[in-house]
Amino acid sequence: MEFMILIHGDESSPRLAPGDPGFDEFMGSWMAYNQMLIEGGHWVSGANLAPTSSATTLRCSPGQTPEIVDGPFAETKEQFGGYYLISAENLDEAIALASKLPMDSGSLEIRPVAFRPDAA
Amino acid sequence: MLALLTQRFHDLDAADDAVQDALITALTAWQSGIPDSPAAWLYTVARNKLIDQVRRDRASRRQLHNSAPELTAHHTTADTYADAGTAEEGELIMDNSSYGDERLRLLLLCCHPALDRDTQVALTLRLAGGLTAAEVAAAYLLPEATLTQRVVRAKRKIREAGMPLLIPSNLEERVGSLLRVLYLIFNEGYLSRGAEHVTRVDLITEAIRLTRQVVDELPSSAEAEGLLALELYHHARSGSRVTGLGDLVLLERQDRSGWNLDVIAEANARLHSAMTRMTPGPYQVQAIIAGHHANARTAADTDWGAIAELYRQLGRMAPNPVVELNRAVAIAMADGPLAGLAVLNRLTGLEQYHLFHATKGELLARAGRPAAESFERALQLTSNEAERRHLERRRAETATAETAAAETRAAETAD
Repeated sequence: MEFMILIHGDESSPRLAPGDPGFDEFMGSWMAYNQMLIEGGHWVSGANLAPTSSATTLRCSPGQTPEIVDGPFAETKEQFGGYYLISAENLDEAIALASKLPMDSGSLEIRPVAFRPDAA
Repeated sequence: MLALLTQRFHDLDAADDAVQDALITALTAWQSGIPDSPAAWLYTVARNKLIDQVRRDRASRRQLHNSAPELTAHHTTADTYADAGTAEEGELIMDNSSYGDERLRLLLLCCHPALDRDTQVALTLRLAGGLTAAEVAAAYLLPEATLTQRVVRAKRKIREAGMPLLIPSNLEERVGSLLRVLYLIFNEGYLSRGAEHVTRVDLITEAIRLTRQVVDELPSSAEAEGLLALELYHHARSGSRVTGLGDLVLLERQDRSGWNLDVIAEANARLHSAMTRMTPGPYQVQAIIAGHHANARTAADTDWGAIAELYRQLGRMAPNPVVELNRAVAIAMADGPLAGLAVLNRLTGLEQYHLFHATKGELLARAGRPAAESFERALQLTSNEAERRHLERRRAETATAETAAAETRAAETAD
């Protein structure tokens, strides 16, 4: 089965930039996680998104051209920041893999993929 | 049976329907005589229904595939079901010994942490416990439609989210979640037992039966057997806990001759067996405490000092203000109400818990202090009828005593 792990976190918490102390360790832990997914045959795809300050929202309604809005759709404490699309035997394995993400705050939503047109 | 069929056909929902169908078929078929092995008969009928279902599914998928190949290109699950079904054609004999660990897997699935607590309870009773939707709904005073809806939604999630019917790698954690659900069911039965609920399904018996199954299938789990001992101790005393009118009787005033000594003896044996495994846990400690009460010949014989110490240990294993509340009671019984009140007054986080105020009222009354206000607060917070009547009585008693005391004081001042 395929599962998507939707990563939600608080964007206002301080972010490490290249050169900051601890940055290399921080990136290293994510790279190690990616490597673990690839080696285990779980990797399908994944991405880290630019912050919601760069987001543009289109509001759709029937028969109309979508209305363009600056910013994220809803103001919430945690924002959608990235995702992994993984292959796992079942929900238990997906939970185990998601639990290994180097996150110390935020939340991870796990959703089974119902249909993916480009899936093998 | 449900566990076994789910295992073979990988579809909990379909298996459940097939078992229900088989039971309905049995209602007419068995009128002319019950078969030699009813379980084997039911299993065969349910399995045949599933195989038919799979064949129909496969036929309709083939039809769909022919008309809309792009939607069904990688849907091979129906074929997998059919293979699993036909491979079973030769196997007909069923008895309990051939269930293996399917029952445990089903229980673990029902209590999967990806399901919310109410759903875990409903599924456990409905699927693992084998109660009907009407019975589970009645036990929880819910409309049957609500319960059915909850179960339907859960089955869909189990199927769509890919929740496996397997022994999980983090078994200990998952057993913890299973034991919590069983104890929750037990407590619902225990606390709701009163005159107006006599028609409710006996959740106590059901919880004990399921806990026994877990103990049988996980003989290495000391906590599972500890929970069984704990439930048995409470169960042994449950008849004396309420009067014929459904009023609560405090432990110290209960008629101990009404306690079931056979059940207490079994609880003692279960607790002993659990403790020989040398892996202590919260259920075992609670069972030891319940054992102190159950084995004390009179209320005065109760070793409250030991119980206070056990609550302290329990609080270290699983920090919880309710445990601290119980420790306060034990200390009050051992060292007097003022010592207990000292512990209570340091407690936070229980302002909305009726038993906190009821306990405070009781300790204040025993210390000869005004208590009616605490009983009043407890009354506002409880929803249980038997508890309500008990609190109303205590409030009235203490209010009268307080008025009398105030009158005495007034009279003294006047002199």
